[in-house]
Amino acid sequence: MKLYNISFNNLNRRKGKMIFLVLGLFIGIATIVTLLSITESMSRDIEDQLDQFGANIVMVPKSENLSLSYGGVSMGGVNYKTVELDEARIPDIRTIEYSKNIGLVAPKVLGAASVKGKDVLLMGVDFESELALKNWWQWEGTPPAQADELLIGSQTAATFNLAVGDSLVLGEKEFTVTSILKPTGATEDGIIIGDLHAFQKVLGKEGKVSMVEIAAFCRDCPITELVLQIAEKFPDAKVTALRQAVMSKMQSIELFKSFSYGIAILVIFIGSLLVFVTMMGSVNERTREIGIFRAIGFRRGHVMQIILLEAMVVGLIGGVLGYLGGNGIALVAMPLVIKNGTFAGFNYNLGGVAVLLSIALSLLASLYPAQKASNLDPSEALRAL
Amino acid sequence: MNSTNTNPAEHEVQHLIEIRGIGKDYQDGETTVQAIKQMDFYIDDGEFVAIMGQSGSGKSTLLSILGGLNHPSRGEILLDTLDIYGLSSEQRADLRSEYIGVIFQSFQLIPYLTVLENVKLPLAITGKKGKQQDKMARDVLAKVGLTGKANRLPDQLSGGEQERVAIARAIVNKPPILLADEPTGSLDSKTADEILALLKELNEKGQTIIMVTHNPDACKDTTRTIQVKDGSCYAH
Repeated sequence: MKLYNISFNNLNRRKGKMIFLVLGLFIGIATIVTLLSITESMSRDIEDQLDQFGANIVMVPKSENLSLSYGGVSMGGVNYKTVELDEARIPDIRTIEYSKNIGLVAPKVLGAASVKGKDVLLMGVDFESELALKNWWQWEGTPPAQADELLIGSQTAATFNLAVGDSLVLGEKEFTVTSILKPTGATEDGIIIGDLHAFQKVLGKEGKVSMVEIAAFCRDCPITELVLQIAEKFPDAKVTALRQAVMSKMQSIELFKSFSYGIAILVIFIGSLLVFVTMMGSVNERTREIGIFRAIGFRRGHVMQIILLEAMVVGLIGGVLGYLGGNGIALVAMPLVIKNGTFAGFNYNLGGVAVLLSIALSLLASLYPAQKASNLDPSEALRAL
Repeated sequence: MNSTNTNPAEHEVQHLIEIRGIGKDYQDGETTVQAIKQMDFYIDDGEFVAIMGQSGSGKSTLLSILGGLNHPSRGEILLDTLDIYGLSSEQRADLRSEYIGVIFQSFQLIPYLTVLENVKLPLAITGKKGKQQDKMARDVLAKVGLTGKANRLPDQLSGGEQERVAIARAIVNKPPILLADEPTGSLDSKTADEILALLKELNEKGQTIIMVTHNPDACKDTTRTIQVKDGSCYAH
C-alpha cells in the first residue's frame, strides 16, 4: 500500500468527477492544440503557396538609364538601348548551391511597340511558367498555346477595342488574340502579353530577356543566401528578394497566432477554474476521509501528496487526450479554414508542451485545495471523535 | 516507550499516560462552553480502561485529546513522560502513526478501498515493503476473523465485520495504545460481545486499551472505569 494507491483508487471510485476534471483540461488543451495546429498548418500552406506560385526573387539587368517599371520593380531601360540579360545563361540559375530550392523560373522580355499609333508595353513570356507563377490571373478565352497567340490586358483591350479572335499586327508579324485578362488592378491591365521568342523578334531583342522572376522554396533556407548565390552567377544583374509580399502574409498569420494565444489563455483559465472548483468540492466532500488519514498518523505532506497526485493523473490524461483531440479537430477543420488546406501533422514538441502544461495547470489549480485539505484540523474533520 | 521522533525526556516512568489538569473550552458565538472542566487521572501500561458517560458528557472530546487530535485549552498530557501537546502537529502525527491506534465511532472505513487496503492504510506511510505490508495485514485480518474477506469493499460487510476491519486497521501497526470510541455503539448485543471479547484478547496480549462507551455492559471486562459527567471525572 502506497499513497498513490489511495489516489488511484479514489479516482477510480469517483469516475464521474474524474471525467469532469479531465474534460475541463481536455477542452482547454484541445483548444490550444487546435488553434496552434491550424496556425501552423496555415503558415505552412501559405508558405507552400508562396513558394509554388508567387515570385519571391526578381532578377533585372543592372542599368544606369531611366527605366519603365513592371510590378513595382525597375526594368533595365526598356525605352533605351541598354544591357539585357542573355537568355542562354538563364538555366545557370539552377546551378547554384541551393538549386533544389528553386521552383519556377519565369524569364520575360519587355519593350514598347506602336499599335495603331499608340505606344504600348509588350511582355514576352514563357506561358507555362508565367501562368503557374501568376495563379491569380483570370481571363476570358483560351490562354495562348502558340507563338502567334496573345493575352491582352483588360485596359489595352478596351483602348484598342480588341476581342477574343481579333488579329493584331505587332512589328511586321500578325498575332491572334486568344484571351483577354480580367482586370487585375496591376500593370498587366495595360500591356500585351505574348510568347517570349516571338516578342524578342518583334522588339529586336533576340536571345535577350529584360527580367526574370523566380519562385524559391524558402521554408528551410535563408532567402538572402539564395539571392547572393544567384547574384554571384549573374554579376551583371541586380537580384532582389520580394520580402514585402511574404512579410504581409506572414503578418496576417502572426495576427491570427496572437488571437489564437488570446483565446487559448482564456480557455485555459476557464479550464483551470473548473479544476479548482471541482478539486475544492472534492476536498470538502472528503473532509471526513482526510480526518481519518490524519488521525491514523498521516502528515500534512502525505495528504497533499494524495491530492496532488490525483491532480497530476488528471492533468496527464487531460493533456494527452487534449493533444490528440486538438490534432483531430485541426485535421477536420483545416480544409474548412483554408481552401484545399492540409493538416501540418503531429507536432511532438507541441504534444510535450501540451501535456506538461495540462499537468502544471492541474497541479496549480489543486494546490490551494490540497493545502486546505492538509491543514484540516483532524478533530474537526472527525467530528465523531 | 522510546520515541526517536519525539525525543521524550528521560526520567523515571510512573504511568503510561498521565492527564494533568486538562480542560477544553469551545466558543459558541459569544458564549464559552466548557466541554471538559478539569480532569486529572492516569492510565498504566496494559490497562483496559473504560471512559463512561452520557452523550455530551465530554468523553469523546477527552478521547480525541488523548489521541493527540484535539489541543486542550489547559493542562497537559504526558505520554511516557512526553508532553504530547508540546509537540508540533506533524510530530503528533508521527506519534499517532507509531504509538496510537484509533478505532473510530461508526468504523470510518474508506469506502473505495478493499478490506485489505483499509487495513494496510496505516502502513502506507511507514516505508514497509508491499509484501511485508501484505503479510502484516493478512495476519491481523486472521486475528479478527476476517480471513477470506480481504478483497471485499466495506459496504459488502456486516456492521460487526466492519468493526473488526476497523480494529484490524487500528492494530496492524502494533501500537502500544488503542483508543476505541464507542466500538459497540452501532452493533447488536451478540456482535458487541464478540467485539468486546476481541478487545479483551488484545488487552491480554499486552495492548493498553482506552474505550469510550455509554453502555455499562461494555465495561464488564475492563480493568478500570472512569466516569465522566458534565466535563468532569467523577470516579476512577
